[in-house]
Order: sequence, then C-alpha cells, then structure tokens
Amino acid sequence: MAGEPRYDVIVVGGGNAALNAALAARHHTERVLLLERAPAWMRGGNSRHTRDIRAAHDGIPRYTTGTYPVEEFLDDLQRVGGGRADPELARLVVRESKTLFQWMSEHGVRWQPALKGTLHLSRTNLFFLGGGKALVNTYYQTAARMGVEVRYEACVDELLLDGARVEGVVVKRDGAREVLRARAVVVASGGFEANLGWLKEYWGEAAENYIVRGTPYNDGLVLRLLIDYGAEVVGDPRAFHGVALDARAPKFDGGIVTRLDSVPFGIVVNQHCQRFYDEGEDFWPKRYAIWGGLIARQPGQIAYSIFDARMLDQFITSLYRPYEAPTIRELAVQLGLDPEALHATVETYNRHASRTGTFNPAVLDDCATRGLTPPKSHWAVPIEVPPFYAYPLRTGVTFTYMGVRVDERTRVQLKAGPPMANLFAAGEIMSGNILSSGYLAGFGLTIGTVFGRIAGREAARYGRG
Amino acid sequence: MAVAERLGQVPAEKLRNWVWQLEVCNACRYCEGYCAVFPALERRRTFTLADIDYLANLCFDCRACYYACMFAPPHEFGVNIPQMLSEVRRETYARYALPAVFTRLLASSWLAVGGLLLLSALFFLAVVVTTGDPGRLFEAHVGPGAFYRVIPYALMSGPALVLSLVGLVLLVGGGVRFWWRTRGSVADYVSLGALLRAASDALGLRYLTGGGAGGCTYPGERPSFARFVLHHLVFWGFISAFVATTAAYIQQDFLGWYPPYPWLSVPVITGSLGGIAMIVGCAGLLYLKGRSDREPADAGLLRMDTLFLGLLLLINVTGLALLLLRETPAMGSLLVLHLATVFALYFVLPYSKFAHFVYRYAALVQNRLEERREAARAGH
Repeated sequence: MAGEPRYDVIVVGGGNAALNAALAARHHTERVLLLERAPAWMRGGNSRHTRDIRAAHDGIPRYTTGTYPVEEFLDDLQRVGGGRADPELARLVVRESKTLFQWMSEHGVRWQPALKGTLHLSRTNLFFLGGGKALVNTYYQTAARMGVEVRYEACVDELLLDGARVEGVVVKRDGAREVLRARAVVVASGGFEANLGWLKEYWGEAAENYIVRGTPYNDGLVLRLLIDYGAEVVGDPRAFHGVALDARAPKFDGGIVTRLDSVPFGIVVNQHCQRFYDEGEDFWPKRYAIWGGLIARQPGQIAYSIFDARMLDQFITSLYRPYEAPTIRELAVQLGLDPEALHATVETYNRHASRTGTFNPAVLDDCATRGLTPPKSHWAVPIEVPPFYAYPLRTGVTFTYMGVRVDERTRVQLKAGPPMANLFAAGEIMSGNILSSGYLAGFGLTIGTVFGRIAGREAARYGRG
Repeated sequence: MAVAERLGQVPAEKLRNWVWQLEVCNACRYCEGYCAVFPALERRRTFTLADIDYLANLCFDCRACYYACMFAPPHEFGVNIPQMLSEVRRETYARYALPAVFTRLLASSWLAVGGLLLLSALFFLAVVVTTGDPGRLFEAHVGPGAFYRVIPYALMSGPALVLSLVGLVLLVGGGVRFWWRTRGSVADYVSLGALLRAASDALGLRYLTGGGAGGCTYPGERPSFARFVLHHLVFWGFISAFVATTAAYIQQDFLGWYPPYPWLSVPVITGSLGGIAMIVGCAGLLYLKGRSDREPADAGLLRMDTLFLGLLLLINVTGLALLLLRETPAMGSLLVLHLATVFALYFVLPYSKFAHFVYRYAALVQNRLEERREAARAGH
C-alpha cells in the first residue's frame, strides 16, 4: 500500500540512548531502523567514552558495594541540579534506574567487579566491562541479533514534520538525500558540544579555544531542527560540563586520557600568572567538572597547573609529559609566561602556604593557606622542591545541557499546543529536563538508558496503533 | 654487558611508539577488568623494554581491549595493544632463545621447516637403506617389534632423545634469561603460592575467557569460547600423547612388551585420544586464524602460529594414519613420514610457537608475585 511507511520506528542517533530505544522498540514491533551519523568505527557518540552508569539498587553482589536507595539518589540529584529539574521526570529516572542492571545484563552487557581504584563510585555506580565502546559494541551486536536495521554514516538533516506529527526523516549521504517514512521517530542524537560555531553564539570567540572531549559528530543538527520547529527548550544554553584538559590534546575525541588530575597538588595560574580559584576546595572528583568553566572565563581560555617534584607521583599519569625546569623562572620561559610574574606568584603562595600541616591527599587535610586570596583550602604545601613542573590547561567540553522539553512518555513538547504525537526524545538531547547544571558521575547513561527504553517502547506502541 | 645490549636492540622510534600506546592505556584504564595485562600496567608509571617484554607475554591475544578501545586506529592515537604485544612477543621468542638466528630462520618459514622435514625423511630413509634390505619398507610387518624391523630402535629413539634434551635445555635457558631480564632477581621472589597460582592461570587458560565477557573476541568482534576450547584440546591432547609415549616406554623398557600395542592398551588409547584432540584443536585453531581479524594481529606471529599448528597437525595425522594402517604395507612409509615430522618438531621446539608456554608461565608467575606485593602494601 502506497501510504504505508516503511518503518514502524526510526531512531535517530547511535549512542546509548538510541541503542536502548531501538532495542526496546524491537521488543514491541518489527521494523526498527537506527540511523547512526558516524562511520562504524566511531559509532556510539559520546557513550564510547563512558565507563559506568549510576543506578539505585538494594545491593548487587560482586559489582557494587553497599546499597544505593532511591531516596539517596534523589537527594544527590537535588543537590547538584539546584532544584531546577522536572520533579516528575527526576523521580521517574531514579526509580527506573533500579531495573537497569537486569535490563542491561539481559541485553548482553557484562560487568566489572567493584575495584579499589574506583572506590568513591563503587557503591553508586555500576562499571561495565571494558568501558563505553565495549558497551556500545555489545548493544550493536544485540540489536543485530534481534533484527534491528542499522545504517552508518546516515546524517538526518530534515525531519518531516506536520503539525504535532512526524512522518519520517530525510537522510543525507554522499550528496544524495533519501526520504525514510516511519510511524514514529525517536531522536537520541546528543547535544551540540561539538559545534563550536553554535557555542560561539553564547561564548563569543572564547569558544574557539575549547577542546571537545568526545565525538565530532555531536553538532546538534537535529536539536536545531526541533528548536526551529518550535520545540520548547529546557536548560541554560550557556551551560556545559567542562573539565581541565591538557592544552596539547586533540581538538576532538581525545576522551578520558587527556584530562589532568594535577590541579589540587599545586597552584593554577592564568596567562598573567595570577591564581584565580581555590585549587584545594574539595576532593578532585567533586571539583574537576567546574574547572572547564573556570578556565573558559580566563583570558585566552588557558591556564597552567604548577607543582613541584614531590607531587609528580600523586596523580594518575597524563598522556603528555609535563614541562620541567630547575627553577620557576625557567619553567615560565618554557610556557611563554612572564618569568618574574610567575616567580612572584609562587613566592607569594609559598609564604602563605602551610608549613606545619600534614599533607595527606586521602583526606581534606589541614594544609591550608593563611591570608591568601584566593585561598587554597587543602593540600597547600609550598612549591619549592625542584625540578618544577607545569601542565598547560584548556577547557574540555564534555556535553551541553540545553535540550527539548519532553513529557513522562518522552514525547517532544512544543512551545504551543499538544506534545508531538509520535516524536520522542531520549538522552543528552532531553537531559536538560532533569539536569541543567552540575553533574553526577554516570548519570548521563542513566538518563539515556531509562528514557531511551521508554522512548523506544512508546514509539513502538504508537507505531502499532 | 653484551647480552643486555643485544637484548636491547629495538629501534628507538619503535620503542617510543610502544611506550606511547602503553601510556595512553595507563591514562585510561577502562580495560582493567579483561585480563592481567592492564592491572600490571597500572602498577607502573614508566615502561622499559623489559617491562614491555613482560606485558607482552602476559597477553593472551584475546583482543577484547582492541575492540573496546576508543583510541584504536583509525583514531589518531593509534592504540592497538594486541598487535603491539604480539609483535613484542614474537620478538621475545627470538631474543631469548639461543641461538637467536635459529628463531628468525625456523620460527616462521615454511621453506625452512619443509627443508627440515625433507632432511629428516632422508635421514630415516638412509637408516632403512643402510640397516638391511630396503625392500622391507614396503612390506607388511606384524607382531612385537614390527616398527623396529623398519627402523632399528636405537636409531629411532637415540637422536630423538638427544634432540629433545637439547630442546628442553634451550627452552629452560630462554625462560631463565627472560626471568632474569624482566625481574632482575631470580631467587628473591620465588614462592610456591605464586608458582601454583600461575600454574592454575595457565592450565585454566584464565585469560582466554575475556574476564567474564564470554570468551575472547576471536576470530572477530563477538566474544566466543571457540579458541578457549580448541586450545584446551591441543594442550590436553599433547599431554595425553605424552602419557602415551611414557606408557609405551615403560611397557617396552621395563616390562619388555614390544610395540605395536593392542587397541585396548594404555599407549594406544591415550595416544589416539590425544591425537584426535590435537587434530581437532589444531585444525580448529588454523580455521579460526584464517578467519581472524588482521587489524589487531602481527603478521609475523600469525605466520609463526600457523606454521607450528600446521606441523603439529601433520604429526598427528601421520601418527593416526600409522596407527590405522600399521598392519598394511603402507606402515613403513608412514613410519618414516611420521618420524620425520616428529624430528622436525623436536628441532624447532625452542624456536617455534611451542616455546610460548615458557615465557607465558614466567610472566604469569611474576604477575602473581606483583599482585601479592601490591596486596601486602595495601594491607599496611
């Protein structure tokens, strides 16, 4: 029949949320198509770079320590999200997270026993074996086995929209455009963090200096289509999750290995050799995600982490060697900074640093500066044992928060009128409904998996009529 | 020291690339659940060539880390740990066995092994010709001592014994050199617990299971237990054949029962079971290797593996054929052929893939020792 769409459900995107949507849809209907923008080797969006997923649980032997009650998860979310989350959706994702271990295991995901190195997350987060690319590979294998059709290098550059309905998508490949019709569409195509031009609309030229930690394919094309069509926007357009990266990292897709954990073990200065924030405010895992934004606000969007020989072995190695020099002045020359200014800043810091405290990176120790602005609250010991080291730091953007509003069935909400009847959204493109600032480790995957599953199921149900 | 210098012969550029890849791993650590290589890597912040030799022999080439790596080629970081460690492993076989030139010559050249087979066959033909009527090669022989009427016992077992003893000494020598080089001290850390735990790791093929992933990602991206099962067949088939040889030796030299032995005897039962297991295992592994993904592979090691498996397959096929046709006129020719393959194997023993278990086991022992020391440190 001529008017019959070729697919029941088309999923736009190829990361965790998209895969879960496709798998869930396939449980309820036959003809499911997943459109991945990237080539096969780079499939999976930023899910490739993930490692663990946050889930409430009553104790999962071997793979978690202790329990993580729903109420505690909600409290954690409330604390980081600043209360701007949609409370219904927040409760939904946290409640549903309890089922993720079983769901993921049933779809082939294998787990890594709780490890000592990840102790601060081993209670709240489940670690899948091999990390995000292994997770994504597993889902693609499961999808293939279940009969989900997958196309790579399939860039959706148009949604066929008509009032509160979607009729299908237009895929662009090698200059040709193909219309693909479906009874329902799930968009799970990520945020726009790889689109520096778009980021510039909010950050000006500074965005040129950002490094994109993940896939270059998250340019927000589909998000833009939805916004232009009149979808209601959630989340601060300026907000992003950003960390301190080694400035020598590749512009895109450097992933986890270019991050730097040296900040709490020394001082951080800008290009004028001035400190600008408390490097020892709290444990690094609780603070690393604010440093991207801090550096983004410095002149030239660059900063330098300076530390001495005693600290070299205190943190996980970075991919790049630190700059090394016998004196602070010579270090400054290597970095292209004013030697006298850097020397003066380190001298000032050393005068105010703690000489009586007991340095201990495992606790919030008593080594605090006295009378220094900004202060360094912990681990503030003098920088005086040569050789001296430095890492250049830049802002590394992990993901953006702005997305489209959805209801509890993940239907895309328009600014005016009813929600879209058969257009659903999952993952980063709608995570702003739950989280519009701050972050909980592993929560992006929780959102993607829970809402991907809901979106796939709802789309399939709609498709069946 | 001359040996150390020679052992250190890896081009600087290559070494830098190896270290770069390991440092990418060490900054990521997502793969630590797969096998022992990654926790061992995390115990180090810098990598010497000796460290890399150790890690290479701790790697079982399950390839899970390659498919899980977001930095694998064509990513600009170009991380391909299984390929790199396979290359290093092949190099360690050459660098630690004595004399090294034999490894390069014999380990991966069908021509060289073919030549060895030919020479061995010619040797046994010469034995047949010089010890009596050559026509007996094509006659049927039955009853006790039938085989020895074609090839006299002393000439069958004497050279084999010498070759296998020399091979054994060279294997152990390579192992000791490897241990010395990668540990620095032989005596300090020897512990029965570590030896036994490493033996259990080795015999159980712990690192062909993907750390719970459902086997290794071999020959392709989907985890499978095929390689695990086939390797077990080859190994236990080999052990079974070894039992057969030992039993035959006892029966002949202590009990005075001369072969051929009846179908229902210890040597024939263990020998044929072992032979069948090895034929299935070798053929299966060769099939898997033929279909295996070349991206995470080292072409040289693949050739080396294929050659060894091919030779082992040949030995077992000729051995089984000899068993089945031992009462026919084909026995003499098959005996010469079978002995020639066995000889060739003895000759290449310390230089072929066969040697891998020596270095593997040394690396597994070291891994267990390091684990123990790490646990002791954490306990303080």
